[in-house]
Amino acid sequence: MIRLAKDYFADQRQDDLKQLGQGLQRSDVPGHVTGKTAYFADRSYPGMLHLKMVRSPHHHARIRSIDTSEAEKHPGVAKVLTHKDVPHNVYTILILIQIGPEDEQVLAADKVRWKGEAVVAVLADSERAANEAAAKVRIDYEVLPAVFDIDEALAPGAPLVNEYHGNNYYTYDSGSHRKVRFGDVEKGFAEADHILEQTYWSSPIEHAPTETTGCIVVPEGNDRFTCYTNTQAMFFTLDNTSIILQMPGHKLHFVGGTVGGGFGGKVDVTVEPIAILASKMTGKPVSFVYSREEEMQVSSARAAEKIVIKDGISKDGRILARKVTGYTDAGAYSRHSPYGAQKGAAHYPGPYTVPNVWIDTYCVYTNRTPSSAMRGFGVTIADFALEVQMDKLARLIGMDPLEFRFLNAYRDGDMKAHRQPTEGAALIECMQEASRAANWPVAEKYLQMSSYGEK
Amino acid sequence: MPLSLQSFPTVGEAQSALSAGAARYMGGGTLVVRAANEGDLSFETFVRATDRSLREISVADGTATLGASVTMAEIARHPELSTIASAARAVGGPAVRNMATVGGNLFAPAPYGDFSVALLALDATVHTGGRELLIEEFLAGRDAFDGIVTSVRFQLPAADAFRFAKVSRVKPKGISVLSIAAVIEEAADGTVGAARIALGCMGDRPMRATAAEKALVGKTLTEDGIADAVAAIGEGTAPLTDAVASAWYRGEVLPVHFRRLMLA
Amino acid sequence: MAKKVPVQFTLNGEERAEFVESGATLLKALRERHGDTSPKGGCHQGTCGACSVMVDGDLVLSCLTLAETCEGRDVSTAAGLSQDGVMHPLQRAFLDGFAAQCGFCTPGMLMAAKALLDENPNPSREDVVEAISGNICRCTGYEPIIQAVLSAARANSHVAA
Repeated sequence: MIRLAKDYFADQRQDDLKQLGQGLQRSDVPGHVTGKTAYFADRSYPGMLHLKMVRSPHHHARIRSIDTSEAEKHPGVAKVLTHKDVPHNVYTILILIQIGPEDEQVLAADKVRWKGEAVVAVLADSERAANEAAAKVRIDYEVLPAVFDIDEALAPGAPLVNEYHGNNYYTYDSGSHRKVRFGDVEKGFAEADHILEQTYWSSPIEHAPTETTGCIVVPEGNDRFTCYTNTQAMFFTLDNTSIILQMPGHKLHFVGGTVGGGFGGKVDVTVEPIAILASKMTGKPVSFVYSREEEMQVSSARAAEKIVIKDGISKDGRILARKVTGYTDAGAYSRHSPYGAQKGAAHYPGPYTVPNVWIDTYCVYTNRTPSSAMRGFGVTIADFALEVQMDKLARLIGMDPLEFRFLNAYRDGDMKAHRQPTEGAALIECMQEASRAANWPVAEKYLQMSSYGEK
Repeated sequence: MPLSLQSFPTVGEAQSALSAGAARYMGGGTLVVRAANEGDLSFETFVRATDRSLREISVADGTATLGASVTMAEIARHPELSTIASAARAVGGPAVRNMATVGGNLFAPAPYGDFSVALLALDATVHTGGRELLIEEFLAGRDAFDGIVTSVRFQLPAADAFRFAKVSRVKPKGISVLSIAAVIEEAADGTVGAARIALGCMGDRPMRATAAEKALVGKTLTEDGIADAVAAIGEGTAPLTDAVASAWYRGEVLPVHFRRLMLA
Repeated sequence: MAKKVPVQFTLNGEERAEFVESGATLLKALRERHGDTSPKGGCHQGTCGACSVMVDGDLVLSCLTLAETCEGRDVSTAAGLSQDGVMHPLQRAFLDGFAAQCGFCTPGMLMAAKALLDENPNPSREDVVEAISGNICRCTGYEPIIQAVLSAARANSHVAA
């Protein structure tokens, strides 16, 4: 099934590929098929406590009061944690690379900003007792108006989702959005024979890993804590836990590596800090594992996006100008979304050479489950929109959609909108192979094209 | 309170334990253990009866009696129940079919309960504590039902009289968008003599499509003959909105699948 | 405190007896009392199949089966598929055919496939698709799994199930 097309660019490299194109046995699969691979939850400890989270039933509400007294008295309960127990309760993941402000509560103190936000953590000697006690926590909420999509959030007078930002969008060093400016986009539109402006929407997508998010924490005798976790971002999690718990990193021993499906959904810092805090405060091993419902409802999803693309093209099929405004729905908190929106800006205008480009991308806050990483986030939905737009443009001028792409594909030496000259492009060659593999006929002149050489 | 299981050799003893409160009767466990796993705190005791008669299938004189603990897999492979096997096979995957019981399916809230849709079309009776209820009566009152179902009974339809379709968005198996079961009896002149049509996911429990049934009688199963029934199939329905499909979507595709089933 | 009850069954051919909490699932008993962590808890609601095991030869979901109902019965799991260190043809085929990625669904998938081959040593592609229809894999996209089961059936055709 895999075929190496070595005839392309043969003069640009030595033919010394030994592993590419070869089937190799993966080192972890013998463990998988014999049931011996150890996932974080494949361990249990005597006296282990189970953590259940009391979550906000509201999309947006002020917390008037939290009463845990009945829960604390429930048989089997070891500890009930609130925001008061968390040493540094407001954090943001990317503060590690100086992308602030800190905007998210580990346990909600004064306000909840999405349905499912963590408020109170209950620890008991069985899951059943933890659930029973969680049902006895009394939280008095004053429900606030909420916003559920990008347009609502950016409308004048919209309720403010996240006070730490002051606006319903992230403020970059470049202002309210990320920008790319190249050539003169208005001049390009003026010269175009056709202009097509389209808006594309996507919904959030849950990764739905078969193994839910979780960790097991064991207190060690030397005042250290071992955290068995299925995080996909070991050191982001360790460093953020260190900040949240105000504990030096050498007190925290993270053991991970085997993840039962992640797809980007396990890069956020969600279970570890509170489980370690619970272990520290009780002196006992603690298990905090999302239920399936929590995984689907509470774990971060791929962001919803709104993408407006305006293209000016000539009647012979050249894209002369492309203007893109992209919006990423971060949900209530930043997590990785300011980065996702920025990636979008870096990705447009796609693998095409366009002389005049204008790109704005926004990271927008709404009262929804925080969104975060998922397989090419910031890029995947952008490509969906771009390629649908490419098909529409081809149809507009009666051109074959693949030939239209050949004509506009970037090639070595072309200047990209980000002022990086294109190097090592192989899009033309990939499309040539694809047209053959798919029996999609294109004119001979496109099969003679190359990613380098004259236009 | 911690959970516990109480097993009894007879239905009567299980019924007494059930009446003691905070208990739930367990058939195959696919509904009740699931509820406990998901944090349902409304009960603390699983009650079951191990009486062998609950596991019996008997077919005599065209009448089938299925014990409440008979599983979907047992129905699907029973040689004398082949006419209705498609409905049993529509439930879950192989593991669920090895566990899920006839009795449990009667209580499965939409979008589950595909087999009960078939039982409704088959005009089954539900047997419980010496009483015999029409399935419609049973389904209407099931939320307040505190007894134990012991068996269901129905006339086996002629081989080509029973039709069943489950529509899902995951192939080959997934949760129902909807399900349709029909028993269509042919009159001597080749037209439809009688029809019982039942729908799943068109309300919170299986329901009859009586308007479509009426529209079908006296007609032939042709494009023209079924046109009125297709137009009437959604009458009185209140489709479910859930993660699988919206009420609107279910309403839109019901006539499409009903038409296909009638012309199949 | 939860009431503990003794439960005795065979696990992969070995006699086992343990006290479990009354009302505990077979999944919990296997993982926490018997040290067999090959069945995985993915959903605890019967939709993902990661906990699939066989009881008296029938494929069941251990997350929805109470341990006490397995008294005196014969439980088998993916951990028991290898015999004397030699992999079962299904394990070999999954290994060779890249039919596992994260591996979390694999033990359940293997048991669903085993249940099929025990019943039907020469399944069609449709039979395989049906047999694993209660098992969710989020990584491989099913095709390598289907191919692995078919290839194990071919390799296994001379071996009694």
